[in-house]
Amino acid sequence: MSIALSTSHDYQGAMSLTDLANPTRFMALTARILPWLIAITAILLAIGLYQSATAPDDYQQGATVKIMFIHVPNAWLSMFVWGVMSVAALGTLVWRHPLADVAAKAAAPIGAAFTFLALVTGSLWGRPMWGTYWEWDARLTSVLILFLMYLGLMALWRAVEDPTRAARAAAVLTLVGAINLPIIKFSVDWWNTLHQSASVFRMGGPTLDRAFLIPLMVMAVAFTFLFVTLHLAAMRNEILRRRVRSLQMMQATSRAA
Amino acid sequence: MSLGPYAAFIVTAYAFVAVVLVLLIGWIVLDYRSQTQRLRELERSGATRRSARAAAELTGN
Repeated sequence: MSIALSTSHDYQGAMSLTDLANPTRFMALTARILPWLIAITAILLAIGLYQSATAPDDYQQGATVKIMFIHVPNAWLSMFVWGVMSVAALGTLVWRHPLADVAAKAAAPIGAAFTFLALVTGSLWGRPMWGTYWEWDARLTSVLILFLMYLGLMALWRAVEDPTRAARAAAVLTLVGAINLPIIKFSVDWWNTLHQSASVFRMGGPTLDRAFLIPLMVMAVAFTFLFVTLHLAAMRNEILRRRVRSLQMMQATSRAA
Repeated sequence: MSLGPYAAFIVTAYAFVAVVLVLLIGWIVLDYRSQTQRLRELERSGATRRSARAAAELTGN
């Protein structure tokens, strides 16, 4: 890519953590690993979709069990992405890491998309199995709140024009919102909900049969790789957007002078 | 592969995921193109970042 600009860091030799904190180094690293990540994601998704298509029917749910292979990975990622954003928020508030806010801002729309898909696929699974598209129970409501929080954060980043000023407010909001994560996870145990309780990550091991567990795990890993790939690409876009913004401001200042 | 009496729900769920993910990927790809193009135009008009100028001074370019 012809845009990659050098800084004094490029002349220091060996890779270190400081180099990763440098956006230019990050851009070079991203350009190198993105093609590999895209290939791994595509292969894993192809295997996962094949296994999902050929998985047997459940003795009670029939073929609707296939919705699980896309619903559960989206639901896991909806929480995982907020977790990543919470770590990034700490990076913004505690270490003022230059890439932390970029990472959080780039992750938000991707997390919102996964949460939206978890809600929609859950609803389409709920209608034939529970007899309803929606129920205001603890699990469904807490995930809907997570979706609204993603939208709120995205609105906050858009509302404040200076990215450095938006960063701190967004970081505080992200950490406050992280309280919702254990509420979502344990909502099925704490309250009497229509949603089933955990059947994979639970004390005593998974209760799912291997015929369903293996395709589910492959799809979960594939979706996680999809997130990492999209996140790195979106972070690269955000760095470029900030470079464009600072160049436009410099140009405007020099014209005014 | 028979999807049984609720085939419409299963197919709609998978189609929904595919459409949303394609839109998300398309948006990220288009955003990359638009940002790199804007950056190229700005550089062509003579604007350079401080770090780029510092690097140029270091190497004597």
